[in-house]
Amino acid sequence: MDLIFAGLEVLYRWDVALALLVGSIGGVMIGAVPGVGPAVAIAILLPATFSMDPIVGLTLLLGIYGSSMYGGAIPAILINTPGTAVNALTTYDGYPMTLRGEGRKAISIAYTASFVGAIISIICLISLAPVLAKVAPMFGAREIFLAALLGLVLVVVSHRGQAAIAAALACLGIFIGTIGLEPVKYTKRYTFDQSWLASGVDLIVVVLGLYAISQAFTLMQGDDVKTKRVPLGGGMFQGLREVARHPRVTGVSSGFGVMMGIIPGVGEFTSQFLAYTYAQKTSKRPDDFGQGSVEGLIASESANNSVPAAAMVPLLALGIPGEELTAMMLAVFYVHNVVPGPGLFQNQMDFVMAIYLALLFLNILVMVFLLFSTNALMLVARLPNRFLGVGILTLSFVGIYSLRNSATDCLMAAVFGLFGFILKRLSLPIVPIIMGIVLGGIMEAKLRIAMARVKTPFDFIDRPIAMALFLFIILIIAFQIRGAVIQARRRKEAQWSTRPASTRFGMLLSRRKDFLLTERGKRLRAERSMLSRPSTDKD
Amino acid sequence: MSDDPFLASKGPRRGQILFALAFAGFAIFILSNLGNQTTWAPRTKLFAQPGFWPGVAGAGMVLFGLLHLRGLRRGKGLRGPWISREDRAEARIWLQPLEYTAWFMVYVFAVPRIGHLPATMIFAPALTWRLGYRSPRILWASVAFGVAVVLIFKGVLGVKIPGGAIYDYLPDGIRAFALRYL
Repeated sequence: MDLIFAGLEVLYRWDVALALLVGSIGGVMIGAVPGVGPAVAIAILLPATFSMDPIVGLTLLLGIYGSSMYGGAIPAILINTPGTAVNALTTYDGYPMTLRGEGRKAISIAYTASFVGAIISIICLISLAPVLAKVAPMFGAREIFLAALLGLVLVVVSHRGQAAIAAALACLGIFIGTIGLEPVKYTKRYTFDQSWLASGVDLIVVVLGLYAISQAFTLMQGDDVKTKRVPLGGGMFQGLREVARHPRVTGVSSGFGVMMGIIPGVGEFTSQFLAYTYAQKTSKRPDDFGQGSVEGLIASESANNSVPAAAMVPLLALGIPGEELTAMMLAVFYVHNVVPGPGLFQNQMDFVMAIYLALLFLNILVMVFLLFSTNALMLVARLPNRFLGVGILTLSFVGIYSLRNSATDCLMAAVFGLFGFILKRLSLPIVPIIMGIVLGGIMEAKLRIAMARVKTPFDFIDRPIAMALFLFIILIIAFQIRGAVIQARRRKEAQWSTRPASTRFGMLLSRRKDFLLTERGKRLRAERSMLSRPSTDKD
Repeated sequence: MSDDPFLASKGPRRGQILFALAFAGFAIFILSNLGNQTTWAPRTKLFAQPGFWPGVAGAGMVLFGLLHLRGLRRGKGLRGPWISREDRAEARIWLQPLEYTAWFMVYVFAVPRIGHLPATMIFAPALTWRLGYRSPRILWASVAFGVAVVLIFKGVLGVKIPGGAIYDYLPDGIRAFALRYL
């Protein structure tokens, strides 16, 4: 209880309250615009918070981080276009509800499920805080290295069917993070004698390039999407009743969100997958899923919105981000001289509690705001795509140029923008690059510290947490390899069972030659067997 | 349910091989430059060598890049040409945003010369016009957006964007204001 009061004391300031209000409402509006997303907004606004007090700047960006998914549900439900990537599943049940005239009801369900998911998650975190404060100091350099490695491995394997390229892009991220002056020996790495590369590649430049500028290019290169205006039926408070009617789905989905959020590298998509599958399998009407099921909508929204608060656990306790947004938040913390990790839990527990309480308050603020402003937010969601692209490009300039007033940074961001555009065209993942940059830096620093105290390789995993993390990593990699082998075997079987004979002339000749040789062989063997027929005479 | 929302989309086939080839080539270039671009520190363990992590990253890029390439070729049944007509058409689309990159860089170089507010007031409507919008409403909206961006970020939030060189020619009273807020 003392901790909660200490946290409230940190937040009890007019500028923090204002930052929370602006951040949460801004986050909802950003989330409601398809194609912008919280990562872009945080990256653009980060330099603007440099001059603010750490808690004010952090609260502003935390507001955007925690509230964008609420806004993302609006276009997902009403125009079948997810506002943020994690709202994609919401379209499956939300949009069919809109088509049958229950748009307002669907939105209300999404808000309420999101709110309940977030509150459950925050309550779990507040209750877990004393435990985390005890566990976090048990993480030394080698445990943090292994946890970061686990996060990276999970990010890679979570890209089903794209694990190889996800791993390659994660390695690219690690490589980008190593460019410039090496921090211990102060030697240059991959600068190619170019002075502008000596200071390295800033994470914000990469994020703005890969997310914001590439998105601007994608929007400007495409056409404006015409959206149908569908009359919204149902009441804004019906969601409360519907969510109250499905406490099991809401509770379990939020639980999945909390669990998946805590594990680095897993995040919203896996929690949604588990929650949605659970809801469908246990539903009395599983056929309704994908056609406007209330349970499906509750599962997807409560699972995704319980992740942000839970994802703060590895970030705050160990300094390890679980996905790109927490990676951005890590940059935010560093910029404001707050170093997440075991030390934060030991020495600044009031600050940690203030962050949790800020998350709680922003959810309440957002819920109240949304219940009365959905119609106005729909106008934001209908901005023409290409015009939005111009807006993102203009704002990206502010984000990049205000970092160091460097035109080179802008050029680098534009190059990353082109690269991101290509990745988006090919539906290849961007997240592993960001995670590679952030986690690669952590892994390099922690491995160097850990290896200084290790005599034999086994010493590295002789502590229980290190051993558990190591075994977990080995297990995941083994499962991944097993899955790949089974998949390859199935593909080969399918290929052989359906492969038609080649019609190429060369192949025909080859088959004819094989046939003739086989026939000739048979004939010769038959002739020879006639010539050397074994004698049947008895002596 | 009409289709499974969790089946990971592997994306379109066009351009994949081209990307994988370019990526593998880049990865090999990075790894082959490890000796030139990093230093070997004497009396230092392998894990603490400046080149250790770039080496790990480069080796990973090569290994997984080649595995991805092999997977794509196997997906095609190892038949057909490496780069198809569709791949070449896709590569041409990749080059299209170069025009917007040029627009962006002109804007970047214009800001320190003519100032953030004038540059944004020209850039936003000009690019809006280039994208095919002709309605005065949206063109004025782009001007208003540009003004709002400058006023909010530079004027209110105080982000560090230098004043334009052109502001030096303004009268004394206005110059300081323009340098700080516009």
